[in-house]
Amino acid sequence: MKFDSVIMGGGLAGMVAGISLQQEGKSTAVISTGQSCLHFFSGSFESLAEPSPRVAELFSQAGIRLHYQKGVRLMPLGSFQESALALEDIDIFPTPQFSRRTLIVNFMGYHDFFSSFLAEGLEKQGIQCRIRFINLPELEPTEMARGEMRPVQIARTMDRIWEKAVQEIRLLLKDEDTVILPQVFGLQDISVPSRIRQALPARVVFAGTMPPSIPGIRTQMLLKKRYQLLGGTFLMGDEAVRAHIHDGVVHSIVTKNLDSHYLEGDSFILATGGLFSKGLKSNPFQIFEPVMGLDVEYAEDRNTWYNPSFAEKQPYMDYGVKTDENLHPFLEGRSVTNLYAIGSLLGNTRPELGSGAGLAINSAFAAVDEILRSAQHDKED
Amino acid sequence: MKLQEYTTSKHNFEECMKCTVCTAYCPVLQVNPLYPGPKQAGPDGERLRLKDPYFFNYALKYCLNCKRCEVACPSGVKVADLIQGARIKYDHRPPKLRDQILASTDFMGSLARPFAPIVNGVTGLGITKTVLDATLKIDHRRTFPKYSGRSFEGWLKRRTKEQAAFPEQVAYFHGCYVNYNYPQLGKDLVKVLNALGIGVQLLEKEKCCGIAMITNGMSAQATKHAKHNVGVLAKAVEKGLKIVTTSSTCTLTMRDEYPNLLGVDNSAVRDSLLMATRLIYEKLEKGAVLKFRADYHKKIAYHTPCHLEKLGWGVFSERLLKMIPGVEFTLLDSNCCGISGTYGFKKENYEASQNIGAPLFEQIRAVNPDVVACDCETCKWQIEMSTGYPVMNPISILAEALE
Ligand SMILES: Cc1cc2nc3c(=O)[nH]c(=O)nc-3n(C[C@H](O)[C@H](O)[C@H](O)COP(=O)(O)OP(=O)(O)OC[C@H]3O[C@@H](n4cnc5c(N)ncnc54)[C@H](O)[C@@H]3O)c2cc1C
Ligand code: SF4
Ligand code: SF4
Repeated sequence: MKFDSVIMGGGLAGMVAGISLQQEGKSTAVISTGQSCLHFFSGSFESLAEPSPRVAELFSQAGIRLHYQKGVRLMPLGSFQESALALEDIDIFPTPQFSRRTLIVNFMGYHDFFSSFLAEGLEKQGIQCRIRFINLPELEPTEMARGEMRPVQIARTMDRIWEKAVQEIRLLLKDEDTVILPQVFGLQDISVPSRIRQALPARVVFAGTMPPSIPGIRTQMLLKKRYQLLGGTFLMGDEAVRAHIHDGVVHSIVTKNLDSHYLEGDSFILATGGLFSKGLKSNPFQIFEPVMGLDVEYAEDRNTWYNPSFAEKQPYMDYGVKTDENLHPFLEGRSVTNLYAIGSLLGNTRPELGSGAGLAINSAFAAVDEILRSAQHDKED
Repeated sequence: MKLQEYTTSKHNFEECMKCTVCTAYCPVLQVNPLYPGPKQAGPDGERLRLKDPYFFNYALKYCLNCKRCEVACPSGVKVADLIQGARIKYDHRPPKLRDQILASTDFMGSLARPFAPIVNGVTGLGITKTVLDATLKIDHRRTFPKYSGRSFEGWLKRRTKEQAAFPEQVAYFHGCYVNYNYPQLGKDLVKVLNALGIGVQLLEKEKCCGIAMITNGMSAQATKHAKHNVGVLAKAVEKGLKIVTTSSTCTLTMRDEYPNLLGVDNSAVRDSLLMATRLIYEKLEKGAVLKFRADYHKKIAYHTPCHLEKLGWGVFSERLLKMIPGVEFTLLDSNCCGISGTYGFKKENYEASQNIGAPLFEQIRAVNPDVVACDCETCKWQIEMSTGYPVMNPISILAEALE
């Protein structure tokens, strides 16, 4: 099967690249084995410190509303972190003292939301907190497998009965100016978080739960939907296993499901993620890129890969595929000229492109621009 | 670099990082409170079961074997294989009579076929359904697949000579459904392949792929079928033939479940076993031409069956359908229809089965197509029964659109 571009990896980087190329009239395929880091996404886009119309437009066309404001956001355990660009249902406050009195509401029997840690953290900021549980028959163990009272199961129920939850919360509210709820709203029906905000007489803040992340899953679903609507071919669950590379040019890739049916393309994008997503792999001797064996930047001495103190910055997080200025990776020291490496596969080897979601988006745009530029160039030749 | 190999367990269960992503995509977990879900039933449960078989949970029977958990898992854990593997290993209760009946699709087919009009009449009657429901716990709200009076095998046998005349040849694993219930699909395949200059042969004597036996606790019988079928397929492969199929579930079973669940080595035949859609697409890509009617117009909504999604070959059906001039194509969202072979026929699963399929049915009604396309026979029953829209295999649509 032949495409203009074949993209390996369907996380944030791969999806942004795929959508952008489809929008420019290119034919693309995205191959993705398993779901991506978006399933753990907080909703806040790291390292995008300036508002970008290009980012806002791409997301809003996919039905994902973002907002931009420099400040801090509330973390699941009650601390605060800097933020600037986030999904609409993730609040950004100018300072951590965003409230005087807060009501923290959780569902009876739901253990993956840390209300007491949150209260502890907020009280350090001088915010008075009260924790209350609500009991909804729809969330009783007979209605829901007790062992798996996970965000997704609750979110599906909440899409249907959020109004009931709102009624219960109304009854609990006293003089609090803010209500904190677990982030389990708006999985399918994306209007739910804003409707809850309108329905309650206090400010509503959604705080993170244990994974998977509902806003993250929603983001992944909407990006995929947009990509398919633009005519992109999404090969879910397939895995790029090898590439045919001659003279520094990729001709085709081999996937696990399509075996002898190769995917050909003019250009290829590798967006397979970092160590977490197996875009990079390690063994006791080396860190390597498993699909093509590309050159990886990492320290020789294994003892320096990690910091024994868990909370410290870990050196292995910086390791990534080596690239030239146009994001072409190297194979045995030679750059592969129609291949682009983007997203967390780069580790921290390209700090100028940012980190986290910022790196995924910036590097995807950079690769897309380069692909379009060289296609234009070829046409003129 | 042997280290990595030595630390890999059966079905990759130690790779699980407890991220719970699989639980977000399990259709049963969303509707059935008795089901522990893929993570608990799969890698978590396996850890306990390996310590002591006492921890085997009989609720694992609620798993549809749809493989959606595996497709979603970022760590490559074979979650559904773990679950089905545990059922084979630890559930030694004899299968119920009802499950044996439902599972024996080819046996039932050969019994029922000569009496097709009677059987169809009888299984369609309200009273029969009530009796089946009360005695066998086969849900009375189900409509039954119709049996055809003449088998596909007989039809193709009568055309052996005519088919042998084509310059290129393939063998066809038609499966029970085409043989006993819906020979038309097989005839449609023959029409399309003939149009490409390919003749179609029967295998020497295929048996049911056995998937229903695997999921109904009859793995010993399934293993017999698997060995028999691998032998038959091997004979075709020795003759240099590719083997095509029109059912995604038979294909997945023979390619993946045989080695992974039943331990039957199929390495000699695996690569030669293809969905017909893939073979046809590859032919067209290499320059072969199909001539389509100029006046063909159809609004088609395509549903990718779970097992085709797992195979990763939905893209071939999708592309073939889009290739037909006059087709207005919609790709339906990835969603299980809820039937999963014999699962939805069981009284205890009926409710869950319909709830699982609900989002798909809603979307189909919203799209309002002329026809739903889908490569799976049990999805066809489920979607037709639940929505009233006709369902056709992409091969039949190709055949219909041919000049
Ligand atoms: C737990 C966690 C939480 C995070 N939270 C945030 C956050 O809140 N904000 C933020 O800004 N950043 C966050 N990050 C950083 C995150 O890495 C980036 O934000 C971004 O999502 C990375 O996107 P990506 O597309 O580069 O990689 P990924 O999201 O890792 O996607 C890579 C995809 O490629 C697939 N893949 C791998 N190998 C192959 C192959 N051979 N063939 C086909 N497909 C393959 C993987 O299965 C995966 O789906 C988080 C990271 C982690 C690990
Ligand atoms: S089986 Fe896979 S998806 Fe499920 S919890 Fe384990 S790693 Fe996550
Ligand atoms: S195979 Fe399907 S039903 Fe079974 S656990 Fe996996 S997702 Fe759930």
